[in-house]
Amino acid sequence: MTKVTMTVNGKTVSGDVEGRTLLASFLRDDQGLTGTHIGCDTSQCGACVVHVDGVAVKSCTMLAAEADGATVDTIEGQANADGSLNVIQQAFQDHHGLQCGFCTPGMVMSAAALLKENPKPSEQEVREYLEGNICRCTGYHNIVKAIMAASGQDVTAIAAE
Amino acid sequence: MYNFDVEKPGTIAEAAAAMGADEAQALGGGQTLIPTLKQRLASPSKLVSLKGVAEMQGMGKDGNTLRIGGATTHATVAADGSYPALSALASHIGDPAVRNRGTIGGSLANNDPAACYPAAALASGATIVTNTRQISADDYFQGMFDTALEEGEIITAVSFPIPQAANYQKFVQPASRFALVGVFVAKYADGVRVAVTGASNEGVFRWTEAEAALSTNFSASALDGLTVDPDNMITDLHGAAAYRAHLVKVMTGRAVTAAG
Amino acid sequence: MPKDTGIGAATVRREDVRFLTGTGEYTDDITLAKQTYAVFARSTVAHGTIKSIDTSAAEAMPGVLAVFTGEDFADVGGNPAGWLINSRDGEPMKEPKRPVLAHGKVRHVGDAYAAVIAETVQQARDAVEAIEVDIEELDAIVDMNAALSGSNFVHDEIGTNQCFDWGWIEDNREATDNAIKNAHHVTTLELVNNRLVPNAMEPRASIGSYKASTGEYTLHTTSQNPHLTRLLISAFVLGIPENMLTVIAPDVGGGFGSKIYHYGEEALVLAAAKRLNRPVKWTADRTESFLTDAHGRDHVTKIELALDKDGKFLAFRTDTKANVGAYLSNFSTATPTFLHGTLMAGNYTVPLVYVNVKAVFTNTAPVDAYRGAGRPEATYSIERVIDKAARELGMDPIELRRKNFVKPNQYPFASAAGLEYDAGNYDALMDKMEEVADVAGFAARRAESEKNGKLRGFGVNAYIEACGIAPSNLVGVLGSRVGLYDAATVRVNATGNLSVMVGAHSHGQGHETAFPQVVAEMLGIDPAVIDIVHGDTSKIPFGMGTYGSRSLAVCGSAVVRATEKIINKAKKIAGHMLEASEHDITLADGVFSVAGTDKSVTFGEVALKAYIPHEYPLEDIEPGLEETAFYDPANFTYPSGAYACEVEVDPETGKVTVDRMTAVDDFGNVINPMIVTGQVQGGLAQGIGQALLENTSYDENGQLLSASYMDYTMPRADDLPMFAVDHSQGTPCTHNPLGVKGCGEAGAIGSPPTVVNAVIDALQSGGKNVTHIDMPVSPARVWEAMQ
Repeated sequence: MTKVTMTVNGKTVSGDVEGRTLLASFLRDDQGLTGTHIGCDTSQCGACVVHVDGVAVKSCTMLAAEADGATVDTIEGQANADGSLNVIQQAFQDHHGLQCGFCTPGMVMSAAALLKENPKPSEQEVREYLEGNICRCTGYHNIVKAIMAASGQDVTAIAAE
Repeated sequence: MYNFDVEKPGTIAEAAAAMGADEAQALGGGQTLIPTLKQRLASPSKLVSLKGVAEMQGMGKDGNTLRIGGATTHATVAADGSYPALSALASHIGDPAVRNRGTIGGSLANNDPAACYPAAALASGATIVTNTRQISADDYFQGMFDTALEEGEIITAVSFPIPQAANYQKFVQPASRFALVGVFVAKYADGVRVAVTGASNEGVFRWTEAEAALSTNFSASALDGLTVDPDNMITDLHGAAAYRAHLVKVMTGRAVTAAG
Repeated sequence: MPKDTGIGAATVRREDVRFLTGTGEYTDDITLAKQTYAVFARSTVAHGTIKSIDTSAAEAMPGVLAVFTGEDFADVGGNPAGWLINSRDGEPMKEPKRPVLAHGKVRHVGDAYAAVIAETVQQARDAVEAIEVDIEELDAIVDMNAALSGSNFVHDEIGTNQCFDWGWIEDNREATDNAIKNAHHVTTLELVNNRLVPNAMEPRASIGSYKASTGEYTLHTTSQNPHLTRLLISAFVLGIPENMLTVIAPDVGGGFGSKIYHYGEEALVLAAAKRLNRPVKWTADRTESFLTDAHGRDHVTKIELALDKDGKFLAFRTDTKANVGAYLSNFSTATPTFLHGTLMAGNYTVPLVYVNVKAVFTNTAPVDAYRGAGRPEATYSIERVIDKAARELGMDPIELRRKNFVKPNQYPFASAAGLEYDAGNYDALMDKMEEVADVAGFAARRAESEKNGKLRGFGVNAYIEACGIAPSNLVGVLGSRVGLYDAATVRVNATGNLSVMVGAHSHGQGHETAFPQVVAEMLGIDPAVIDIVHGDTSKIPFGMGTYGSRSLAVCGSAVVRATEKIINKAKKIAGHMLEASEHDITLADGVFSVAGTDKSVTFGEVALKAYIPHEYPLEDIEPGLEETAFYDPANFTYPSGAYACEVEVDPETGKVTVDRMTAVDDFGNVINPMIVTGQVQGGLAQGIGQALLENTSYDENGQLLSASYMDYTMPRADDLPMFAVDHSQGTPCTHNPLGVKGCGEAGAIGSPPTVVNAVIDALQSGGKNVTHIDMPVSPARVWEAMQ
C-alpha cells in the first residue's frame, strides 16, 4: 500500500492505495464520491470523466498513484457555492440533457472541459468533443443543445422540439 | 487487475534503472495498458510511470526537425503547430480525455496495428530515440505489436523531419475509433513516403508503389493505375481484406489531395 | 395551481438535480455494513460438459468466505419463462430449466458455473482464477438452421433445439397461401433483424442482505421491475415468502428491456447473504454485461407481400426464425410471437396475415425484449417489403402506403393480425411528416449532394405498435402467466402534501416529474408538494414495472383512479365541513366549494381534517386520506407514426451519414412534451444504431466477437444529426382515462426501416440496383453491395 494525497474538490484528502487502485475506485470507494461512475472496462464510455490538474481524464484509466499530488475535480464539486446548479448543470436540466443520469456526471465534466477550451463551440465541435462520452438514453440531441445553451448561444433555432 | 508496484522516476536514468526490475513495465499514459491490465492479460510486477520524467516532456523545433519527448501527450502535440499534419493526426487519436493522458512514446512502444502515430513516424522517416540508441522508423516497426525495442528500453523522444507537405487520412473503425485504414502521406525534397496503418496483418507498412508514383507526380491521379494487394490485409467484423485494400487507395488519394 | 405545471406542461425534471450533482444513488453506489463481494466464474466456451469443479484452492485463498457452484442450487427452482406458447400442432413449448448457476453443462460463453464471495472484490477475482474446472468442450450450436437440422442439442433433455413452431393466425394459413399464389404481384424479401446488446450505461448490479433475527431478505438490484423480480424469486427460484423479501430498485441507469428480467446473480447474492449472514454485492463489468445481459432481436425472416394491380395489399406472409439463445429469459417467448405476429398487419387494411415463427435454442446469450420488442421486427419486415414493392411496381412509396392505410372512419378497426386498433390517423401523420421533413425540398438537396460526389437517399416509414401492455384477460388467453395491470397508492398527508406510490419504475423516463403533473392537474394543487415513490416493494402495493411503453398508460391510469377516489372521499369530508351534500361539492384550483355559494375549504384543510377528525362523522367516513387503485386496461394502446430519413452515402468508402431524421408520432394526449420528445430522440438513436452501427457477432465457436465498446459500435454524438420530432397529430386513446398511448419505444421501432430504405434509395440513385443490405448497414457492406 502507498499513501496518496490529492486535492479533491478543493479539499486535501489522502488514503492508502494499492498500485492497481484506479483513481475512479479511490474516489468512489475511499472518498465516497459515487457521482463518478464506471460504465466500461475499455476507456470508451466516459461515465468516469473527472478533471485532473484542470484537464479531463478518464478516472477509470488512471491509477490513483498517478494522481498523487494532483488537483482533482469531480461532479460533486461542480455546483455553485450556494448549492445551486452551475450554468452547465442548469442547461442540462433546462434542455432535458439527461434521462437515466448514469452518463451525466461524465458528460457534465466533459462539457466543462470543452467550454474552457472553446467557449462558443459549434454543434459539430460539441459532437466531436463528446466522442469519448457514450449516452444510451438521449440520442445526444439535448446534450448538444444544453452545452451550446450553456455557452450562451441561442439554441431555439437549431433544435426545435 | 493483478497487483503491482508503481514507481515514479524523475529522470531517464532513474527510469532506466527502475525498468531493470524483473517484470517491470513502462507506463506512459496508460490508455491502452490499463485496460489491458484490467482484463488480466498482463501481470507486471512494477509499472514505471514516465509521466514525471521532465526530460521526456514537451516538444521543440530544431531547424527542420521536430523533436517530441516520449512522455508528451497527444493533446500537447495536437496543440502545437510546427508539423500541422502531425498535430491534426494527434487531435483525432482517441477522445479528448484520452488525448490528455496518452503519450507518443506509449503509442509507438505498443505499436497497435490500428494506431495512428506509427503511420506518421514511418511516413516521416522519423527517428525513435531511446535511452540507449536511435532507431530509424524503417527499422523500428517489426509487425503487429512488435518493435525493435529491447527489454527495458524506453522511448525518450521521437524526431520528425518536417516535410514540404503532408496529410493523414483516417477512416475510423466505428466502435473503437482506431483506424480501420489510416494513410499518412509526406512529401520531402527527396521523394514521397506513404505509410498505412490499420490495414495489414503485419502492422504499419509503406506503400512503395504509391511512393514511386507520387514522387514523380504528387497528385491523386498518379495512383490511378495502382492496386493494393488484399493478401495479408486484415479481415474482421468491420471490413474484409478487399475493402481495406480498396480504402488504402482511396485514403491515399484523399491525403495527397488534402496535402496539396 | 401554478400555471404551466399540469398536464401538457414541459416541466423540467425534478430528478435531474441529484443526477447533475453526482448524488443519485445507483445500486453500485450503495455500501452496506459488513458488505462482501461476489465474483462469478464464467464459461469461456460456448458449449461444454462440466466434468468436475474443484473449489478447494479457491476456498483457501485470502479473504475468501464461500464458493458456490451449480450443485448448491440443484434442488431449487429455475428461472421461468413468463409466457406459454403452443406450437401449431398444439404442443406446448419446450421449457428447459434455467438454473441459478450452470449445472452439468455450460451453454454460452459467460454462463456462470461458480461464484466466489470474498472480503474484497479483488480477492474474489483472484480466487475465481483458482477454481479448477474441467469442462469438456462440445461443438457450439450458433447457426439457427444448423440448430434445427442437427442432433447436437443445447438442452439434451428436450431432444431438439426448437422451442416452438408457432403460427398466427393459423386459421388464415391456407387463405394467405392462396392469396399469394393468385396475386397480381408478389414482392419477396429475405432479411436479418440483427442481434443487439441493450447496453444500458449502468452495468447490472445486485446486493443481497439477510437479517437472521427475522428471516427477512433485502435485494437491492438494477431492475425495471422490482415486484416481478420478487415474485419470480419467491414463487419459482428460492421460495422465499414474498413478505420476507424486499426488492429495491434504486436509481437505475437505463434498462431498455435488459433489466426487466430476473437473473441468476440476484438469487446468488441472496442465498450467499443468508449463508454468510452478511450483505453480498455483485457488480457486472462491461464484458459481463455483453456476455450475460439479455440481448435483443436476432430474427431471420422471409416476408412476402401480395398486391393487386392497383397496389392494394392482399396478404402478408412471414416465415421467421427467432434466436432465443441458450435459455428462455422471462419474456423471450412473447417477444417473437404476440409482440411481433400481432403487428404484422401494420397500419394497413390488408385482409390476410400469416406468420410462422420457429424459436431456436443456440449456444449464445439469451435473447429477450429490447426497446420495442417484437414490434421493431414486425415494422422492419413490413416497411422494407413495402418499399421494395413500390420500386418493383414503379409506385411512389408514400402513395403506396396511403392507398392501404386504415382510414379515420374505420375505427375501431379489427386488423388482420388479430388486434383492435382504437384510434389513429395515419394520413394526417404522413401529411405532417411531409411538411416537417420538407419532402418537397429533397430533389434540390439530392442535387447538391451529387455535386459533392455523394449519393443522397430518402426513406419513409409508417409504423404502428401495440403497447401499454396490457389487458390481463387478453394476454392470459394469449399465454401470459402474469397479469399486466398496474397499481398506485395516493397518500395525502395531514399537512396537505402527497406521497404517490407507483408500481412503474423510472430509470430515465421522468416519472417523478410527469406523474405529479397528472395528480396536480386533477387536484388543482402545486405539483411540488407531490412526491413519487417507486422501486421499493415494501412501500408500494404492487406493480408490473416499466417496459412496453406502459408506465403512463397503465400505471398512470391507476394513479388517476386512485386520485379520483381521493377526490370522492375528500368531497365527503368537505361536504361535512361545509354542511352540504357531497354531491354539491365542486373541486377547482385546490378548493372545495359548495356550488352556488361562497362556502369553501381548501384541499389542505380537508387533508388536516382527515387526520385530525374532530367533529367528524366517523360513522360515515373513515379517518385518513389514502387510496389505492389497480388498473387493468381494456385494450393495448396503439401509437403510430410516420418517419422520414435522408442519408448521404460516400460511394468511394460506403460510409452512410444520416443528414435528416424526422419522427412524427401519434401518442394520443401528451403529459410532458419535453419528456416525450426526449424519449423519441433516444429511441431514434437506438434505431439508427441498429440500422447502421450495432453489430453483435458470434463466431462459429460461439465466441462473442463484439464483446466490448472496442468492437460493438455504440452510437456516439458525432454519428447522429439533430432530430425533428413532432407529436402534434395525437388521436387520444379511447379506453384509458388520460387518453395516452406511450412513447418510449416508438423511435426504436420506426427508425430502422426508414434509415435502410433511405440507403437503398441512395444506392438506386447512384445507378446500383441494390435492393437490400442487412443491418447494420456498415460502410463495408455498402461498398460490397455496390461492387
